[in-house]
Amino acid sequence: MIFNKTGTLENTGTKFNWRDYTTLIGFIALFLIATIMGWPYFLRSRNLITLLRQISYTGIIALGMTLIIISGGFDLSVGSMTAFAGGVAIFAMNTFGPDSGFGVLAAILTAIVFATFLGAFNGFLITKWKIAPFIATLGTMSIYRSLVIYFAQAGNIESVNQRYGRIGSGVFLGLPIPVWMFFAIAAVLHVFLNHTRTGRYLCAVGANEQVARFSAIKVNLIRFIPYVITGFTVGVSAMLWSSRLNSMNPSDCAGYELDAIAAVVIGGTPMTGGRGSIIGTVIGAIMLGIINNMLVLAGVSSYLQQAAKGVVIIVAVLLQYKK
Amino acid sequence: MKKFMLICLVALFAIGGAFASGQNESGTKHIGVAIPSADHGWTGGIVWWANKRVKELEAEYGDQFKFTVVTADGPSSQVQAVENMMAIGLDYLVILPHESAPLTPIVKEAQASGTKCIVVDRGMSETDFGYVNLAGDNPGFGTLSGEWMVKEMVAKGGGNIVCMGGLPVPIDKERMDGFFAELDKEPSIVNLLGKDKYEFANWSTQKGLELMETFLIQYPKIDAVFCQDDDVLRGVLQAYKESGRSDIHTFLGGAGSKVVMKMIMDGDPLVRATVTYHPMMIADGIDYAVDVALGKKSADFHEKSSPTSVVIPSVLLTKDNVADYYEADSIY
Repeated sequence: MIFNKTGTLENTGTKFNWRDYTTLIGFIALFLIATIMGWPYFLRSRNLITLLRQISYTGIIALGMTLIIISGGFDLSVGSMTAFAGGVAIFAMNTFGPDSGFGVLAAILTAIVFATFLGAFNGFLITKWKIAPFIATLGTMSIYRSLVIYFAQAGNIESVNQRYGRIGSGVFLGLPIPVWMFFAIAAVLHVFLNHTRTGRYLCAVGANEQVARFSAIKVNLIRFIPYVITGFTVGVSAMLWSSRLNSMNPSDCAGYELDAIAAVVIGGTPMTGGRGSIIGTVIGAIMLGIINNMLVLAGVSSYLQQAAKGVVIIVAVLLQYKK
Repeated sequence: MKKFMLICLVALFAIGGAFASGQNESGTKHIGVAIPSADHGWTGGIVWWANKRVKELEAEYGDQFKFTVVTADGPSSQVQAVENMMAIGLDYLVILPHESAPLTPIVKEAQASGTKCIVVDRGMSETDFGYVNLAGDNPGFGTLSGEWMVKEMVAKGGGNIVCMGGLPVPIDKERMDGFFAELDKEPSIVNLLGKDKYEFANWSTQKGLELMETFLIQYPKIDAVFCQDDDVLRGVLQAYKESGRSDIHTFLGGAGSKVVMKMIMDGDPLVRATVTYHPMMIADGIDYAVDVALGKKSADFHEKSSPTSVVIPSVLLTKDNVADYYEADSIY
């Protein structure tokens, strides 16, 4: 058994394995269905670009979530964390630079540093105090959400700096900035997962913690790292979303955790951990976006849309686990 | 030992009861206000308005009334909050129930023990006891929105509209039914999604933005957008702004948020109206209790075997009257 798992572990290296291909096949099938259902609008480049931007916020978070799930962990708090970090970032900007470029920089740094800290706090609860990831992040999910609501007294946190809004709605070389960020972070984390020692340790710890420990891997540290990385990705997403509307509503970003987890799972990373792929998650996130987009384009009854989404998630995962 | 505990407990209750009735006779009327804690803009507004009105009334009447405002994050904690207030003696209960069914037994119990109950926004699940049900007017909200939208669109020769609702819940349906009843009367208006059809924006800015992006790709010519909620409207406007298009001449949200009221006041060309479903209604509930206590309103409702319904009408806000409703410090 252990042997088996170490076997798969080596497979997650540089090559595409067959699991990545099933994700790809599912993607192509869904793309064709969407093309037919959403004809002629779906294939228009503006629609595809819009779709990519729509999924980039949860997609970026899903990249971090992939690493957590590979390491055998779980994070329910990312949605609350996004709202919290975004709110605090706008507050920092209004305080330090209401009308200067420095304020924008302050907001970006605050969002990223603060969210990374919140992620580290999750990791601390889980690795140091040995609280099960599901429970620990269920707790912090409530804590982070409640704090941002209290902080804002449930009102909108409005930015007074007009420059900040240009990041979130900005376009660079034909693609929106959030989409660039999504692909850039995906590339970095792909290399991290597949071409660094720490990346391989993540798989080892997720596959079998005992064996990893006997192999002199610092299990606690390795389990801690993905929470910090996820905090970072949440920070980027919080920055992008809060600048899009140049404000943050404390009830925003609810349900991000479920979309992020769904993207990871559709992308072929099993909930049991031990292996997985960043490219798969990118494809999974895009598939989720396609589902939402095509159902609206096709005019499927809005009562039924959630059901259709659920069916596609289940089918996508079934395809991957079929022997 | 168990028996001893039981006796102690009974004694405690007896003393508590004596205290409670003693307090009732002292002349100060205790008005309890039980509301949900602020978890989004609208409930945030409820908390803000409740506290604001209580402060004003305290300043006006001094010792004549004692107010307690309790917020609760769920039905069970709201039940506890009401029980706690009843334990110290409660003359009036103004409650915006988290959910109707779980709160009904405790409100019924309060009514039976002599507390006069004013239930705000949503009714109780049993209607065989006497309370005031002070509620917003959801069908009226839809009708007003529909009438205004039809008027604005007909002035420009009809055209294409897309519509968004909130969530698939009864109040949402009442609003949308009211809206479409008006829209259907006017043949020059085309609902691009099909007769009486709409998408759910979940009362969320982000969902509104995403839906609008898709609509803008799908429909080359849109004249008006109805999205029923001012938070959703923000996302809708952002999507329209980013698209660079200029075909839409009218946007209508609803509920009356501060940001949108300000836009109307400043003469925004695209957003010229909103329809209230305002968190101020909790203040109306508190006023009702005070009026009954002062004898300005009848207390008969308490003895009846069915609820007395009082409807707070929705109001159409345009540039002419929005200033009367705008509160710069309000958080919603």
